[in-house]
Amino acid sequence: MQTNFTTEQLRDPDIAVCNHELRSCVHCGFCTATCPTFLLLGDELDSPRGRIYLIKDMLENGRPATAEVARHVDRCLSCLSCMTTCPSGVNYMHLVDHARTYIEQTYDRPPAERALRSLLGWLLPRPALFRTALTAARFARPLAGLIPGQSTLAKRLRAMLSLAPTSLPPSSPMQAPQTHQPQGERKARVLLLAGCAQQVLMPRINEATIRLLTRLGVEVVIARDSGCCGALNHHMGQHDRAMALVKANVAAWSREIEGAGVDAIIINASGCGTTVKDYGFMLRTAPDAERGRAETIAGLTQDITEFLARFGYAPTQPEPGLTVAYHAACSLQHGQKVTVEPKGLLRKAGFRVVEPREPHICCGSAGTYNMLQPELSGRLRERKLGNLKATKPDLIAAGNIGCITQLDRDVVPVVHTVELLDWMAGGPRPPGI
Amino acid sequence: MIRQPDPKPDVLARRDAIVAGLRALLPAEDAVIAEPIRLKPYETDGLSAYRQVPLAVVLPDTTEQVAAILAFCYRNGVRVIPRGAGTSLSGGALPLEDAVVVGMMRMNQILDVDYADRCAVVQAGVTNIGITNAVAADGFFYAPDPSSQLACMIGGNVGMNSGGAHCLKYGVTANNLLGLKIVTIQGEIIDIGGAHLDAAGYDWLGLLTGAEGQLAIVTEVTVRLLRAPEGARAMLAAFKSNEIAGGCVDAIISSGIIPVALEFMDRPAIHACEAFAHAGYPLDAEAMLIIEVEGSPAEQDDLLAKISDICNRFDPISLKVSQSEEESLAIWKGRKGAFGAIGRISPDYLCMDGTIPTSQLPLVLRRIQEMSDSYGLKVANIFHAGDGNLHPLIMFDANDPASFHAAERFGADILTLCVEVGGCLTGEHGVGVEKRDLMTVQFTQQELDQQRRIKSAFDPDWLLNPSKVFPLQAETGTQAGLKHAA
Repeated sequence: MQTNFTTEQLRDPDIAVCNHELRSCVHCGFCTATCPTFLLLGDELDSPRGRIYLIKDMLENGRPATAEVARHVDRCLSCLSCMTTCPSGVNYMHLVDHARTYIEQTYDRPPAERALRSLLGWLLPRPALFRTALTAARFARPLAGLIPGQSTLAKRLRAMLSLAPTSLPPSSPMQAPQTHQPQGERKARVLLLAGCAQQVLMPRINEATIRLLTRLGVEVVIARDSGCCGALNHHMGQHDRAMALVKANVAAWSREIEGAGVDAIIINASGCGTTVKDYGFMLRTAPDAERGRAETIAGLTQDITEFLARFGYAPTQPEPGLTVAYHAACSLQHGQKVTVEPKGLLRKAGFRVVEPREPHICCGSAGTYNMLQPELSGRLRERKLGNLKATKPDLIAAGNIGCITQLDRDVVPVVHTVELLDWMAGGPRPPGI
Repeated sequence: MIRQPDPKPDVLARRDAIVAGLRALLPAEDAVIAEPIRLKPYETDGLSAYRQVPLAVVLPDTTEQVAAILAFCYRNGVRVIPRGAGTSLSGGALPLEDAVVVGMMRMNQILDVDYADRCAVVQAGVTNIGITNAVAADGFFYAPDPSSQLACMIGGNVGMNSGGAHCLKYGVTANNLLGLKIVTIQGEIIDIGGAHLDAAGYDWLGLLTGAEGQLAIVTEVTVRLLRAPEGARAMLAAFKSNEIAGGCVDAIISSGIIPVALEFMDRPAIHACEAFAHAGYPLDAEAMLIIEVEGSPAEQDDLLAKISDICNRFDPISLKVSQSEEESLAIWKGRKGAFGAIGRISPDYLCMDGTIPTSQLPLVLRRIQEMSDSYGLKVANIFHAGDGNLHPLIMFDANDPASFHAAERFGADILTLCVEVGGCLTGEHGVGVEKRDLMTVQFTQQELDQQRRIKSAFDPDWLLNPSKVFPLQAETGTQAGLKHAA
């Protein structure tokens, strides 16, 4: 597609990247068909192609973002379904990520919205603060129905409170920085991203991961000073905060990589995995040494199911006789193109695996989306749950904490894939089954 | 930029009143778009070289709303551009400065599926693949399958009489329609045909199919559903030159065998599509055919053996039959994504859509290569070889105006050649704005005038998708002048 950037504009490395992606787009429109918001809203402006056009026009004119552009870009889930569909190989993720940063820097959001986004960006990546906030929210939860009005803010506050869990599991000491020794001979040494929100909401996912890996002879290291991957801030356009987290992880993990050495960086929240695999790009303008480290990290990063499929996994327990509906998290299927491994492992573990209709459509979780866009998120949740339940499963498995919390609180229990794999290899039965 | 009719000054002057009038008809949030920034993404479709921001965009939910919009536009003398998914490669949805774009994307419901009579009633904004997806689990499908079938909408398929890879056996859109609900520019709602073959009276379905949104806006479509075949298998045949592969196509067709699909791709296309689909395409070939047969396993074996015998007479580099469902899906994923995949090797392309007698394939492919050399522009050939429907993709750089103009001239030369060898300008993409000025190559003045009179009978003021299909009248810069002559 034609672009109109000046030579001066193209000297900006971010604009150069955007220009490259825009030039790859041939405006064929295939992406519209698999975009969740286009399906719901039926407007070119709420499709990837329409957003690309809005972004192109904004950047070419060097114009500050307007409320209109922000509204349509904000509605994007960053599910990246469009990238799976795109025959031209356009990296929409890099385009929309830059647009989100640009909007954050040039558009003056209404004060309440600015405060809310700032609060989320500050709270979610910090497990201790997030835990405190959730405990408080637990008591405020019954008040959700009392928040009056149909304003966007009121709807968002109600959505946030209703997402707060009714009870919070105790924090797990296994998730603190430490080295978990393997059982028997050490066959591999890996780093585990302990994450941020996940370790507060569902510590059992990291516990299952660590139990399963150490049982298989893998030494699991949670590096000191590593933390949130930066995705939450990154997807809200909070560039500086995101980059600080990225750089902290790069430094912390590089000490281990360049020290005792690691075979892989394991991620069990696929939203984080998509971002960590992009660290090389995110630090593309950093000094050579740091950029090189980031590229090494991106190359070492694997989803837990990718690692297990390559490393080897075998169940030790009798077949459970259960039907699992596999919910493909967008960050796993579109962001990382990991599609066959989770289902293959679940089958190997002895489960009957079924897939819903429209497996490519997002469940509406999408990071902070279910709090910032509760209406669209709610419609996608209902659509996804309907399709999942139509498969008549005993339980639902997914590889991302966001999807699990989004789909939870319905009749069918939702667990992380790795919990089921751990159970069938001698771990505890996941709750609710 | 392509020449457009002069905007009507009185319409532009009443912009605010027109937008207010439309908002009164469509009160839903976001149903009327009139802000310049939000109009911009509607300035073009799948032919992004041509662009024009419209006066407004409306997104109706119902046939009644479409009728109200058209009646309003008719009363106010406002031009109307119908739009489906905006995937047209001929600029069928290119707006005009003084026009209202009627986007059908919200009318995306399947209203009825009737297996007893094998038909379905769907709204115009249902995607082509959406119909098949809705009935596939019960063993049925909707046959025409344009490469953009994932995204393109059935209303647009009717407008352009779209084809697709499998139309070799099953026919194009016109052969798979039973009924339409249309809205005229005066705002009248009319039902044509129904759940039965061969409607009463004049063949209105035939007239309205391929009318490119110039006679009425289609809001509902009754399509034929077919029983899915027992099975299908695709074969890849690789050859040493385009001409040899073209000769093989002609030999297969003239032997009397009708494969369900017979597709051609040349070297640049093979490489771009393989990078996208990882389908195991032969990267050492100059040209490749995808040949699909269907039926019972014995039927498939018999046809594949006969086709292999014919291919072997053309010194193939390799012949490979798909061994699994996944492999067949990947083969078709590459072919269906072919145009977009060209985005990997060239920033822009023009997709031609000429149709020729299959016996002319070797000659025409050789001439296209010669033109490519003389214009200094690369071309990728991807097309429905079985029915002689060519899609040469001319690669150019839209950031370089000289390159674009050369591509336009190259395209015109190809289509003129198609007509010269006994073919026609468009197989399935429609004339749109792209091939408008070449219509004089295909038709005499009398023939064009006769067609214009039909347009005038439905739309006396030439408000519906004007500036497409017919060359602009040199003297007036418009086409509406003809109604007086008529």
